[in-house]
Amino acid sequence: MSGASLALDTDAEGRRWLRLSGTWRLMALAPQFEALAGELDRQAAQPGIGWDLQGIESLDSVGAMLLWRVWQRRYPEILQLPDRLEPVFERLYAAGKTPEAGPEAPRPYEWVATVGRLAIGLWRHVSDFVALIGQLVLDIAHLARVPGEIPWRETSANLYKSGVRAMPVTALVGFLIGIVLSYLSALQLKNFGADIFIVNILGMGIIRELGPVLVAVLVAGRSGSALTAQLGVMRVTEEIDALATMGVSRSLRLIFPKVAALAVAMPLLVLWTSAIALMGGMVSAQFQLDISYGYFIDTLPKVVPVANLYIASLKGVAFGMLVALVACHFGLRVRPNTESLSSNTTASVVSSITVVILVDALFAIATRSIGMPI
Amino acid sequence: MTSVIEIDHLSTRFGEHWVHRDLNLEIQAGEVMALVGGSGSGKTTLLRQMIGLLQPSKGQIRLFGEPLFTGNAEQERNLRRRFGMLFQYGALYSAFTVFQNIAFPLRELGVVDEDLIHDLVMLKLSMVELLPRHAWLMPSELSGGMIKRVALARALSMEPELLLLDEPTAGLDPDRSESFVKLIRSLHRQLGLTVVLVTHDLDTLAGLATRVAVLAEQRILALGTIDDIMQVDHPFIRNFFCCDRAQRALQSRASEGVA
Repeated sequence: MSGASLALDTDAEGRRWLRLSGTWRLMALAPQFEALAGELDRQAAQPGIGWDLQGIESLDSVGAMLLWRVWQRRYPEILQLPDRLEPVFERLYAAGKTPEAGPEAPRPYEWVATVGRLAIGLWRHVSDFVALIGQLVLDIAHLARVPGEIPWRETSANLYKSGVRAMPVTALVGFLIGIVLSYLSALQLKNFGADIFIVNILGMGIIRELGPVLVAVLVAGRSGSALTAQLGVMRVTEEIDALATMGVSRSLRLIFPKVAALAVAMPLLVLWTSAIALMGGMVSAQFQLDISYGYFIDTLPKVVPVANLYIASLKGVAFGMLVALVACHFGLRVRPNTESLSSNTTASVVSSITVVILVDALFAIATRSIGMPI
Repeated sequence: MTSVIEIDHLSTRFGEHWVHRDLNLEIQAGEVMALVGGSGSGKTTLLRQMIGLLQPSKGQIRLFGEPLFTGNAEQERNLRRRFGMLFQYGALYSAFTVFQNIAFPLRELGVVDEDLIHDLVMLKLSMVELLPRHAWLMPSELSGGMIKRVALARALSMEPELLLLDEPTAGLDPDRSESFVKLIRSLHRQLGLTVVLVTHDLDTLAGLATRVAVLAEQRILALGTIDDIMQVDHPFIRNFFCCDRAQRALQSRASEGVA
């Protein structure tokens, strides 16, 4: 395929002709595009120049558009255009006739509208979330009256996916955190000769605070994102609408099982992770401070009142429900495009972690006088 | 006549299942070749192999005389820029506006300036009979027919010599589907494109195809004009072409005088 070329000559009558030849197609033009465009512009600026297009073997709309723009969107006065190329220019001519509207220009005081939109958006989030919780309460009331409709299969599937399958990763993270925490505390405690207080620090810190929050963050990242993406794709593929048309309540069949499963799985995961983290701490304490496993296990119930275990489980239930609710809330907001799916999944994980930490602070205030060692 | 696509002793296997065995097909420049066949006969698979999305298990495909899968990245990229593909569901980039979708391949090329891209996008929109204001919509705001048109405009934006259509009229109502067929026919005439299409729809077939290849029993069962194909005595062809519905579609084609 030969490239595009142009030549300048003068005919017998003294008229200057710009003779174009070769292939004026995008792929042939691409390597020499800028040079060619500049040259054409220079030539077009000269008055009385003739355009001879008869040597052009093949012309596509990119080549034609290039010329058309140089000609300022009309045929030049002196032009030799072979019939076979005419339709190409006719298309450009036809396209130019429809008036063009750009994207809407930004209005003045756009920022007022932006603030308003943000406020309305936030209000929608809150009201939708409240509606979601309300629907869930109604569902629970309905299920209490008609226990036959409890979606056991979905719930147990969710329990397995977000509970059982999360056990290895939470155990690994818990064990390592336990080791690190114990190691760092031991360094400090040694200075004061307060070695035996390692049990108090690890017991209170992990059981009451770190275990629940750690598991909530892990589950939000692991199951929360999965739930949002799953619901989002189901919305995109209209599966949720299909459920509704079959008379199946989407909140009963999709949302309730997820919330119920996490509400059950989370406290169990909290206990599991705290136990493993304490084991990690125990191993580290044995190495660092020579505190025997027997002593550690023996002392633990004396310094950590059992109320802490109840608080941790309660936190687990609350965090599990919150993570599931937030994930469902964002999943149901996904619109059918890839951008919306990714932004809602991100928002779901970030919001559920934030909400978990906020609620954890509320728990700390509400339970400040419960379960403290005397 | 030069051949745009040459398929040479192609065999495809998915697991233990043979989709094609020793299949040969040659597509000439300027023709509209329709691939028809029952569900699972490997029409779309063949189409995807033609454009190098799938590698055949055996045999070779030559596009514009050059073999696919040579391993030369530069050559493969240049080859890919010479054809446009219309996917069954449009495959528009949902994060981009219509304008950005059509401009995307041109911007990727990186040589054409923004003003020219703008003019070209508007030209492509008018070629597929959309209005300039549609350029600022998002794909999620488009109807099924418009998605196909935008996808067609995007397929045309690199000025391809070869256009591949996967079920171009699936999911459109008869009215829209007819106008889409007319649009493709007029673009084919104007631009001198070679078109390969996969379709189930007899109206589309009758309205567009200059030649038909019937895929069945893992090979090209019959190849020729619609009239030739109808002479072939085979259960699949009898079912596909000779029921009432088919006869009506073909008669309306005769009365329109399309060839």
